[in-house]
Amino acid sequence: MPDIRYNGRAYPLSDGQSVLECLIEHGVSVPFGCRSGVCQACLMRAETGHPPEASQKGLKPALADRNYFLACVCNPRESISVSLPCREGTRTPASIVGMELLSSEIMYVSLQPHELIEYRAGQFINLYQAENLARSYSVASLPTEDPYIHIHVRRVPEGRVSNWVHDALRPGDTVDIQGPNGDCYYQAGSPEQSLLLIGTGSGLAPLYGIIRDALAQGHTGPIRLFHGSRTPNGLYLTDRLRELTQTYSNFDYTPCLSGEPVLKGYARGRVHEIALSKLSDLKEWRVFLCGHPEMVKNAQKKAFLAGASLKDITCDAFTSHATFR
Amino acid sequence: MSQSIFEQLGGEAAVDAAVEVFYRKVLSDDRISHFFEGVDMAAQAAKQKAFLTMAFGGPHGYSGLDMRRAHAHLVEKGLNDFHFDAVMENLAATMQELHVPEALIAEAAAIAESTRNDVLGR
Repeated sequence: MPDIRYNGRAYPLSDGQSVLECLIEHGVSVPFGCRSGVCQACLMRAETGHPPEASQKGLKPALADRNYFLACVCNPRESISVSLPCREGTRTPASIVGMELLSSEIMYVSLQPHELIEYRAGQFINLYQAENLARSYSVASLPTEDPYIHIHVRRVPEGRVSNWVHDALRPGDTVDIQGPNGDCYYQAGSPEQSLLLIGTGSGLAPLYGIIRDALAQGHTGPIRLFHGSRTPNGLYLTDRLRELTQTYSNFDYTPCLSGEPVLKGYARGRVHEIALSKLSDLKEWRVFLCGHPEMVKNAQKKAFLAGASLKDITCDAFTSHATFR
Repeated sequence: MSQSIFEQLGGEAAVDAAVEVFYRKVLSDDRISHFFEGVDMAAQAAKQKAFLTMAFGGPHGYSGLDMRRAHAHLVEKGLNDFHFDAVMENLAATMQELHVPEALIAEAAAIAESTRNDVLGR
């Protein structure tokens, strides 16, 4: 039975257990977020032994080369000694410079990192509520046009971080952030390609960033955004997006509501079903899917069957572990 | 020594061209699509690519035992000859769509056919 050695102690790893599960089971407090190998909040480093390849998926090569790994998806076959990355190396303090409620559920937060963070609109950062508690938020701002980093925080029922943002965080406060992470962003080089963007709830944040990035870089092909929610409270920036359709003839925006009531100006139904019913041939299209994991998964399949190549479909599913809100 | 179909078709590029056509057919086929419910699509596409590489006689790491293990959970769910035939049909249709000569299609079908008993756990 392999051991996980951490801080001078050895913890036996049960069959099929991840390093993170093992440490938590033994009462060791380490940071984590999504528990799905996505958010990178549980980043650790192997001091001895090699982390399995699967636990390094999505890490920057520079980190993978130095034996960093994600504890939540690390199932080592042999004993390893692990440590937390030095705090200075990965986290940056940031000042809250602005906050605004965009709808009853969505809080816009503007952050000024204390050191330069190079990011692309659509990537995500981790926001720390406490030393060991982080959540991932996609970036809606554009580094070339906005002086600060913008995120949209949807209030999740019983969500520990989102409720803290809505109820306790105030402009002037300082928080820790880490990032950027992820490959959900606009890639220049095919300005005539058609873009389809489908999002639910605060999945609009990365899409809004990607759209502005594409337009700023002179994208000439059609850009079609479908934003969905059950109720109007989950939709936001509708006026701003309608304005954008006036300014750019190649940009098109369809807000969708899947629940009651039926409102004028909104399409009725599930957002990805509406999008795919309007666009039946996605051959050569670039597709971005952000938000609810079920929507992202279903839309990925439908987009592929409609002709989009898998490599041209970028998925950003908001994972949340039910017991770790 | 004669060239394998894999080489005659143009190697890995041919498999890359075929894999999405094939996977799309498999996913839209009501006879077998339910076996793919909830799978990770990128991982599944990689497996389809490995399968096609093998069917085209290219370099692959599959053994009969691997095929058995990989499909055991599907056999438990009722995977049988009916479904295997459906996949064979989709394989042939994919190659026809890509204008592969009939003789090579027959050769690929024979290689794929040789895995039937392993896939079905017999």
